[in-house]
Amino acid sequence: MIIPHPLLGPRDAAEFVYKGDASLINRPDGMTASDDEMHDYAYLRDNPAGEHRELWYHEQGDRSWLVVTRNTMTHDITYVELARDVARASGRSR
Amino acid sequence: MRYSALKILKEGLTGNKGWKPVWREPDPKPEYDVIIVGGGGHGLSTAYYLAKEFRGKNIAVLEKGWLGSGNIGRNTTIIRSNYLLEGNQPFYELSLKLWEGLEQDFNYNAMVSQRGILNLIHSDPQRDAFVRRGNAMRLSGADAEIFGREEIQKMCPFLDYENARFPIQGAIWQPRGGTVRHDAVAWGYARGADALGVDIIQNCEVTGFQIENGVCKGVETSKGAIRAKKVAVCVAGSSSRVMEKAGMRLPIESHVLQAFVTEGLKPVIPGVITFGAGHFYVSQSDKGGLVFGGDIDGYNTYAQRGNLPVVEDVCEGGMAIMPMIGRARLLRMWGGIMDMSMDGSPFIDKTHIDGLYFNGGWCYGGFKATPASGYCYAHLLATDTPHKTAEAYRLDRFRRGAPIDEKGQGAQPNLH
Repeated sequence: MIIPHPLLGPRDAAEFVYKGDASLINRPDGMTASDDEMHDYAYLRDNPAGEHRELWYHEQGDRSWLVVTRNTMTHDITYVELARDVARASGRSR
Repeated sequence: MRYSALKILKEGLTGNKGWKPVWREPDPKPEYDVIIVGGGGHGLSTAYYLAKEFRGKNIAVLEKGWLGSGNIGRNTTIIRSNYLLEGNQPFYELSLKLWEGLEQDFNYNAMVSQRGILNLIHSDPQRDAFVRRGNAMRLSGADAEIFGREEIQKMCPFLDYENARFPIQGAIWQPRGGTVRHDAVAWGYARGADALGVDIIQNCEVTGFQIENGVCKGVETSKGAIRAKKVAVCVAGSSSRVMEKAGMRLPIESHVLQAFVTEGLKPVIPGVITFGAGHFYVSQSDKGGLVFGGDIDGYNTYAQRGNLPVVEDVCEGGMAIMPMIGRARLLRMWGGIMDMSMDGSPFIDKTHIDGLYFNGGWCYGGFKATPASGYCYAHLLATDTPHKTAEAYRLDRFRRGAPIDEKGQGAQPNLH
């Protein structure tokens, strides 16, 4: 697979480390979240067949985290954005 | 019809005209006591043991495609019971014991071959870890021996003992491990279950569950609605997709594991050899092909094919430990979809919906578990209590802080 990096252009997926579902960005506040919320965040996944937004870390490159929209049936990548931008757009400071 | 040497002789002399199809192809009845969703190895063994050992009646197995069309036909056929943890090892030893008596039990040649499994050791700390593992295995009643380099050299002279990065210092050897003819496992269980009255219904996809007031009363399928007192899902590889129809999210990601087979060769490899440090393992099939594999690709996927970096990594591992493999030509490669769970261990449990049961999360170790998985699932379905070797395989174990994490990697499925 080739991942079109928003800053560096097309890069081999082997340069990246895979983390998982992009919803992992939205970690609940550990001081206020319930046990159920923390459990569901840490252990449960949607794991869809089809379009999947997921986190890839460019370890062998610029060390940026990306949110890649990829189809789990075909491996087609349709959209790539910086995880930083996704987090900021949802109201996070960084 | 029982198979025997006499029967083969008789059929051979009379033109082989007396053989009959080994299972029926019935239409679904409107209602069953138990519906098993998934006609793979685990589903069929569940049906077989439920009917045979627990006197279950009125059972159906529903299969989306053809019988045994999933991971029972896409694995690397290895059986072993060499786990470390309390929650795992007694279960896998039960499985190995069931493998040992399987062919006599269901009167079918599954080519169970206990040719032994060798896990290589490359350092003192690894030897310590494997000695500990061997002791855990022996405590569960399994067999394990620690070999020095000389004993391995006698058995496998072709390995690279002086590899600069991973010189071979020894191995842990389980003589009762080995390989089994994978498709014959599905066929044998299907034939056995059918003979006990189980309806095996192929090309029948479950499209939904009939859940009324928190109780599962049946399933919707491509062949119409079927009512059931108990519905037992057993579809590892597609678990999240199926359980999503019941509104459940699982502690599972789907990943692809690739496997490879070379052209047929004369016998060169005595048993199963694993080179964990190099992410490579190999055995030789009875047809002569070298069957080998390595790690999962590591990203969510339902495509039954992988990518080239893992092919390169597996082949590099093979060349490093067993340079002669470079002379063999690759015949085929394929991928199978794994339920990778959050701790690398499986689930055999009731769900929060009454009458709905779940078996899955087998990661890349489902094949060897086929008999015990079916036996313990049948026990759960028949008695509503977990079998004593499968008590730890509960869906709520993360909530209780009781994961069964052999590798100690935490909740990161692609590292297990």
